[in-house]
Amino acid sequence: MIEVTHLVKRYGDKAAVDDLSFTVEKGQIYGFLGPNGAGKSTTMNIMTGYIAPTSGEVRINGHSILDEPEEARKCIGYLPEVPPVYPEMTVAEYLTFAAELKKLPGKERAKYISDAMELTGTADVQHRLIRNLSKGYRQRVGLAQAILGFPEIIILDEPMVGLDPKQIIEIRDLIRSLSRQHTVILSSHILSEISAICDHIMIIAHGRLVASDTPDNLIRLMQGSDTLELTVRGSISASRSLLEGLGKIVSSEVRPSAEPDACDISVKMEKNADLREQIFFRCAGQRLPILRMQQSRVSLEEVFLELTGEKNPVNESMEESMEESPEEPMEEPVEESMKGYAEELMEESAKESMKGYAEEIVEEPVEGGGKS
Amino acid sequence: MTAVYKKEVKGFLTSMIGYVFIAFLLVICGVYFTAYHLQGAYPKFAYTLDSVLFVFLIAVPVLTMRILAEERKQKTDQLLFTAPVSVTQVVVGKYLALVTVYLIPVAVLCIYPLILSQFGTIPYPETYTALLGFFLLGCSFLAIGLYLSSVTESQVIAAVLTFLLLFLCYVIQGIASFFPETSDGSFFTLAALTAVGAFCVYLMIGSALIAVIAGAAAEAVLTVVYVVNSSFYEGLIQKILNVLDLSGHFSDFASGILDLTAVVYYLSVIAVFLFLTVQSVQKRRWG
Repeated sequence: MIEVTHLVKRYGDKAAVDDLSFTVEKGQIYGFLGPNGAGKSTTMNIMTGYIAPTSGEVRINGHSILDEPEEARKCIGYLPEVPPVYPEMTVAEYLTFAAELKKLPGKERAKYISDAMELTGTADVQHRLIRNLSKGYRQRVGLAQAILGFPEIIILDEPMVGLDPKQIIEIRDLIRSLSRQHTVILSSHILSEISAICDHIMIIAHGRLVASDTPDNLIRLMQGSDTLELTVRGSISASRSLLEGLGKIVSSEVRPSAEPDACDISVKMEKNADLREQIFFRCAGQRLPILRMQQSRVSLEEVFLELTGEKNPVNESMEESMEESPEEPMEEPVEESMKGYAEELMEESAKESMKGYAEEIVEEPVEGGGKS
Repeated sequence: MTAVYKKEVKGFLTSMIGYVFIAFLLVICGVYFTAYHLQGAYPKFAYTLDSVLFVFLIAVPVLTMRILAEERKQKTDQLLFTAPVSVTQVVVGKYLALVTVYLIPVAVLCIYPLILSQFGTIPYPETYTALLGFFLLGCSFLAIGLYLSSVTESQVIAAVLTFLLLFLCYVIQGIASFFPETSDGSFFTLAALTAVGAFCVYLMIGSALIAVIAGAAAEAVLTVVYVVNSSFYEGLIQKILNVLDLSGHFSDFASGILDLTAVVYYLSVIAVFLFLTVQSVQKRRWG
């Protein structure tokens, strides 16, 4: 169990972490979510005692990380953002060193090391120099180091970076299996990654905790902004007239589509409204063929943007709202998260379609990707 | 601590650095040994040791430059300082590894007097006292190198800083002779240095008031001491600079005197720099 109270870390005038308080319970997977520079890594570095907070306190199983660092650190396995591996060592040498450093009992050391290598899939490269390993393998060696000796609390800073989709699934399964007996905290700026495995999401922006809840609750929090996305063949004015007189619309937007002679329409509806059939019959009446219709509930992406300080009008596409936003810092992470999300979706949907669940994923992309 | 120690010793002995250090030290000593003792038939091995002190200027930075700077650069210090070991244990472990590697050439040097004994009588106690001094001097240089490796993440900067500081220690006697030895001269020099110091305080803390008060207080003390007892200042600067003269303290050992104050002096230098290293690492955590 980790208690973090009123944590503040300042670099000069800038607060990297600003009055952060939360409690982490045993046996769950916690996800730190936030754009780049939100203070995720700083928070993790403070929790593991690598850097000291300006003020505030971190207690690991009741041990203060400042006053009893050694007791507290014994309970933690940590994989920092950059895997702390020595290029001149082989994987086996490195893990042996880490085991000695962590003061694992001598008799069980060899078993712990082989277990960690087995679980992270590094056993077949154990005699190679880390210098010659690819980024994905280095990441896994770092992960093996973190789970070495199976500490109670495992803290992983962006554990999926540099891994290919197959490895991501493997590592995700590994983290899930670890969470039965351990507390796992991981950070990411990729939403799908977090929503896929975490029981609890903490969204951090500008060093502050802006939301802390389960993924489902976070989405429920934001309900009432369902949108309908359409692509219709026809002129913009014809499409506009389509929506006139329809009730239950909060706002709508019509713009030219990438398809020739067509336009995209986004309609933001009132809570629990369903306009799909009405729109269908209207289009049929006006002889405007519907090329695509998709109802999307609010996604975690939108929750994320809303909570991290981006005012995101739902009737605009995500990219547009990013370009127009006055505060630039979000741009990159969101793009990345979209990219990650798109990759994820492709990979997941390929997997799922074999089972015949493709429809569900198309309808509810994030959730579909998340629950697989 | 043992984990760090083992890792470092192994690291030195499986990479070039350790061997380069050992070879460099032994080659230079070998050349002097051949010239002085085998060719010149001079019996005092201490003479060689005294002549090869300059090798430390290059050999020590080579050995110490990466020891902490590299960890910081590659972010492997995140492993060390989040593991259940204290900063002191990590620093001491690394220092002992340096000393261990340094012990190898010193052990080889211990054989040289035995070689000489084949050709005549060798004063063993004096010779091995000189070797002890040589060992202690090297150990204090290594502590300095370790400290300077902790202040930067660039190996090159660490090496250059170490070289400069060791060079300063090496030539400090010469520098000391630049300064006046008379009490008047010493007084005015110290007064000027105090003013410079006060200005540095101002630059560091940005408060003119505190800097002026501190400077004025220090100047007042200097003046009072000068008025009361002006002979106190005679050669004072030389005495102060003498504290920094690491290699100068070796000359006692070289002449075969086992001077306890010199031993204590070297051990204190080592302790001070290990302490500074720990503080420098801690400071970065709190920064």
